[in-house]
Amino acid sequence: MTSWPILSVVTFLPLAGALFIALLPEDEAGIRNARWAALWTTLVTFVISLILIWRFDPTSADFQFVEKRPWLGGAITYVMGVDGISLPFVILTTGLMPISILASWTAIQTRVRDYMIAFLVLETLMVGTFCALDLVLFYLFFEGGLIPMFLIIGVWGGPRRVYASFKFFLYTLLGSVLMLLAIMAMYWQAGTTDIAALLHHPFPLSLQKWAWFAFLASFAVKLPMWPVHTWLPDAHVEAPTAGSVILAAILLKMGGYGFLRFSLPMFPDASAQLAPLIYALSVVAIVYTSLVALVQEDMKKLIAYSSVAHMGFVTMGLFAVTAQGVAGGIFQMVSHGIVSAALFLCVGIVYDRMHTREIAAYGGLVNRMPLYAFVFMVFTLANVGLPGTSGFVGEFLSLIGTFRVNSWVATLATLGTILSAAYALWLYRKIIFGTLEKPALFDIRDIGWREIAIMTPLIVLTIVLGVYPKPVLDISSASVAQLIDNYQHAVGAVHAAGLSAVTR
Amino acid sequence: MNAAQLPNLIPLLPEFVLGVGAMALLLVGVYRPADTGRFIDGAAIVLLALAGVILAVLPPGKLVTLGGSFIVDEFARFLKILALLGSAAAIAMSIDYAKREAQERFEYSVLILLSTLGMLMLISAADLIALYLGLELMSLPLYVVAASHRSSLRSTEAGLKYFVLGALSSGMLLYGASLIYGFTGTVSFAGIAQAAGQGGIGLIFGIVFLFAGFCFKVSAVPFHMWTPDVYEGAPTPVTAFFAAAPKVAGIAMFVRVAVMAFPGITSQWQQIVVFVSIASMALGSFAAIGQRNFKRLMAYSSIGHMGFALVGLAAGTSEGVQGVLIYIAIYVTMTLGVFAVILSMRRTTGMVESIDQVAGLARTHPTMAFFLAMLLFSMAGVPPLAGFFAKFYVFLAAIKAGLYLLAVLGVVTSVVGAYYYLAIVKLMYFDEPVGKFEQMPYELRVVLAICGLFNILFFLYPAPLVGIASAAAHSLF
Repeated sequence: MTSWPILSVVTFLPLAGALFIALLPEDEAGIRNARWAALWTTLVTFVISLILIWRFDPTSADFQFVEKRPWLGGAITYVMGVDGISLPFVILTTGLMPISILASWTAIQTRVRDYMIAFLVLETLMVGTFCALDLVLFYLFFEGGLIPMFLIIGVWGGPRRVYASFKFFLYTLLGSVLMLLAIMAMYWQAGTTDIAALLHHPFPLSLQKWAWFAFLASFAVKLPMWPVHTWLPDAHVEAPTAGSVILAAILLKMGGYGFLRFSLPMFPDASAQLAPLIYALSVVAIVYTSLVALVQEDMKKLIAYSSVAHMGFVTMGLFAVTAQGVAGGIFQMVSHGIVSAALFLCVGIVYDRMHTREIAAYGGLVNRMPLYAFVFMVFTLANVGLPGTSGFVGEFLSLIGTFRVNSWVATLATLGTILSAAYALWLYRKIIFGTLEKPALFDIRDIGWREIAIMTPLIVLTIVLGVYPKPVLDISSASVAQLIDNYQHAVGAVHAAGLSAVTR
Repeated sequence: MNAAQLPNLIPLLPEFVLGVGAMALLLVGVYRPADTGRFIDGAAIVLLALAGVILAVLPPGKLVTLGGSFIVDEFARFLKILALLGSAAAIAMSIDYAKREAQERFEYSVLILLSTLGMLMLISAADLIALYLGLELMSLPLYVVAASHRSSLRSTEAGLKYFVLGALSSGMLLYGASLIYGFTGTVSFAGIAQAAGQGGIGLIFGIVFLFAGFCFKVSAVPFHMWTPDVYEGAPTPVTAFFAAAPKVAGIAMFVRVAVMAFPGITSQWQQIVVFVSIASMALGSFAAIGQRNFKRLMAYSSIGHMGFALVGLAAGTSEGVQGVLIYIAIYVTMTLGVFAVILSMRRTTGMVESIDQVAGLARTHPTMAFFLAMLLFSMAGVPPLAGFFAKFYVFLAAIKAGLYLLAVLGVVTSVVGAYYYLAIVKLMYFDEPVGKFEQMPYELRVVLAICGLFNILFFLYPAPLVGIASAAAHSLF
C-alpha cells in the first residue's frame, strides 16, 4: 500500500491550484499567470496520476490505493480507491485537462481567471467521482460537477448559452435526485454506503428494481441515452470548445461508469431482467440519433448526436455482461473520450478562426490547411470505427459481446456503424474537400504549434490503442472478470432458486 | 417563603439575563435618548452572547423546573444557541441600515431581545401554557418591529397584517390547546402523551387546530399567506430577523409538541405534516419563480425550506428530528448570508430590492457574487454545499420511515426550486452589469463571509453538527 494518500492528492491538487489562481490579481500579468498556473497544475496532476498506473496491480480485482477516514459520522465515511474499472477514467480525466486548458489558451479572453478556476474545480470533482468508494461521497462529487459546468456553459458559451446551461443543470439534477433517494434506501437496507461492501450485499429484488430505475434516471440523463439526450446537443453547441471536450470526454462517461459500478454489480437481478429495455433504448439511440446526425447543419451538433449514438454501443455492450461486451464498453468509453474530445477540438480550431460552426460556411479547407485536414481525417475515421483506430476496437468488442447474447440487437446496432460512416464522411467532405470558394476562407491559417501540441498526443493514442489495445484491456480485465463472475453467480442463484421452487 | 419552595432557577439563567438586560437597556434608552443606539445595539449583542455562554455552561443533562413546564435538554440547547445566533446577527445587520435610513431607534434592539426571550421560553416549553406564553412574548415584538418604519405605508401595512393574522393563528392555537386539554385533562406534554392513548376524534381536532397555529408561525402552506407581504413590507433588517430566529423557535415548538405530546399517535398527525410539507415545498418552489422582488422571493423560498424541514418531522423518528435540526441550522446560515447581500443592495439613490439589480454582480462585486452564488446553490441543495446535507438528512429519515411519495415529491420540487435560484446566479454571472452598489458595510461583510464559508466548507468536517444534532434529537425520545 502507498504511504501517502495519492488519490486524495490527485483529486484535490487541482482545487489547490484553483485557490492559488483565486488569489492572483486580475490584471494582464495575473491573467497570464492564471493560464500558466492552470496548465502546470493540470500537468502535475497528470504526472502524479501516472504513478497510479505504475503502481497499479492489474492482476488484482480489489480496490487499490484505498484511503479511509471518518466523515459524516456513523457508517458514511470518506473512502477513496480505484480498481481496473475506474483507473482508465481517472487517467483519461487528468490527461485531457491540460489539453483543455491549452485549447482555451487564446479562445478565452474574458474572465480568464474565473474560467481556469472553474475548470480546476471541475477536475477535482470529476476525479473524485471516479475515485469515491462511498455512495454519498460519490454523489457529492457527481452532482457537484454541475456547478462549474453550469457556469462554464453559461458564462463563456454561445448565443443560447442561458437556455443550454439551464437545461443541462435541471435535466441532470432531476435525474440525480432520484438516485439520491435510492442511495438512501440502500443505506437503510445494507446499513452502509461503502461501495466495496455494497458490491457483495444481496439486495431484495423489489428494492433492486426500484433502485435500478432510480440509478437509470440519473445515468441515462448523464450518458445520455435516448430519449433523455436532448440536453446534450444544446449544451455542446453552446459550450466553449474546452467545455464541450470535457462534457463529451468525461462527464458523459460518468453515466457509463455508474452503470458499471452500481447498476450491474449491485442490482444484478434487476439488470438481467431489464436488460432488454436497455438494448431497445441503445438500438434506438444508435440508429435514430445517427439519422438525426445526418441532417445537422451545425458541426458541433452533428458530433453531439454522434456521441449519443456511440454511447448506445456502450450501454449495449455493458448490459450484455459478457467479457467482450463489458471490456468493449469500457474501451469504447475511453476511445470515445479521446476521439470526441479531438473532434470538438477540431471544430474549435476552425471556430476560433471563423467564429461559425455552420457546415455550409466551410469547404475546401484542404487547400489552405493540409495539416488540419490530416488531423481531422484521423479522428473522423476513428469516429467511424475504421480498423486500426481505437474506435474500431470498442465498437467491435461491444458488438461481438452483444451478439453472443442477442444477435438481433447486435445486427441492428451494426446499422449504426454504417450510418456513422455516412454522416462523418459527409461532414468531412463538406468541410475539407471541394474548391475553396468562400472569400472568408481565403486567408485562413493552418494549425499552429500550440494546436499541434494538443493534437499529437491524441492522434498517437488513437492509433496506438487501435493497433495495440492491450494496455487498457489489461488494466480492467481482472475487475471486469470479477464483475461478470459475481453477476453470473447472483443471477444464476436467483435462477436456480426459481427452478427449485418450480420443481418443488 | 423558604428556599425549598423556590423553584430551581439555574436552568432559567439565560432567560433572566436577557429579560433583565432588556429592561436595563430600555431604561438606558429612555433616560439617555441621544446617541445611544450604537451602544444599545452592542450591548444587546453582548447580552445574547452572554446568554449563549451561560447556556453552554449549564449543568449537562436534562434540567426541569417550574413544576415541569420548563425543560432544558440537548434539543433546547441546540435550538436556543441557534436562535441566539440568529438574533445577534439580525441586530448586527441592522446597524448600518438604521443609520443610513435615519431609523436609529434604541427600541429595536430591545424588542429583538424581548422577542428572543420569548423564543428561548418557547423552545423550552414543556406544557401548553408555557408554550403559549413563550409564543406570545416572541410574537408581540415581531408585530411592532414589522411596523417600525413608521412613515412607510408598506411597513405599517406589513405590521398590521402580521398582527391581525397572528392574532387569528393564536386563536386557533388556543382553541386547539383547549380541546386537547378537554380531552386529556392536562396541559403538560408528558401528561398528554400518557392520556392520549389511541387518540380519538376530539383529540385529533385539537391537534389539527394546534398544528394550524404552528404552521402559521413557521409559514407553512396553507397558512403562509402573510409571509410574502410581511417580508416585502417590513424594513429589510427586520425581514432578515423574521426569516431566521423566529423560524427556529417555531420549528422547535412544532417538533417538541409533536414528538413529546403525541408520540403514541404518530400515524395520525403524520399525515397532517406530510400534507403541509408537500404543499409548502411545492408552493415555495413554483410561486417563487415569478417573483422579481428579492425579499418576496426569499419569502417563498423560506416557505419551501420550511416544507423541507417538515419532511424530517413527518418521519416522526429520532433520525427525522435530527434531520430537522440540521436543516434548520443550515437554513439559518443560508438565509442570513443571503440577507446580508440584500441589505447591501444600495445605490447612491437608495436601497434597491428587485432581483434584476444583481445583474452582472460577478463583474462589479466578484466576492459578493461568489458568496451569494454559493449560498443560492446551497439553498438549491446542490452538493458539496451545506444545503445538500440539510436535504440529505431529512430525506434519509423520510426514506427510513417509508414515506416514499413524500420523498419523491420533495426531491422533484427541489429541482423546480433550483430553477429560480439558478435564475439569480444567471443574472449575476451571465448578464451585463447594471452599475455598482455602494461599499458593503463591515458587519454585513462579516456575516456574509461567515455564512458563505460555512456553507462552502461544511463538507470538509460535517461530523460535529451531525453529532450534536443526533444527540439533541435523542434527548426527545
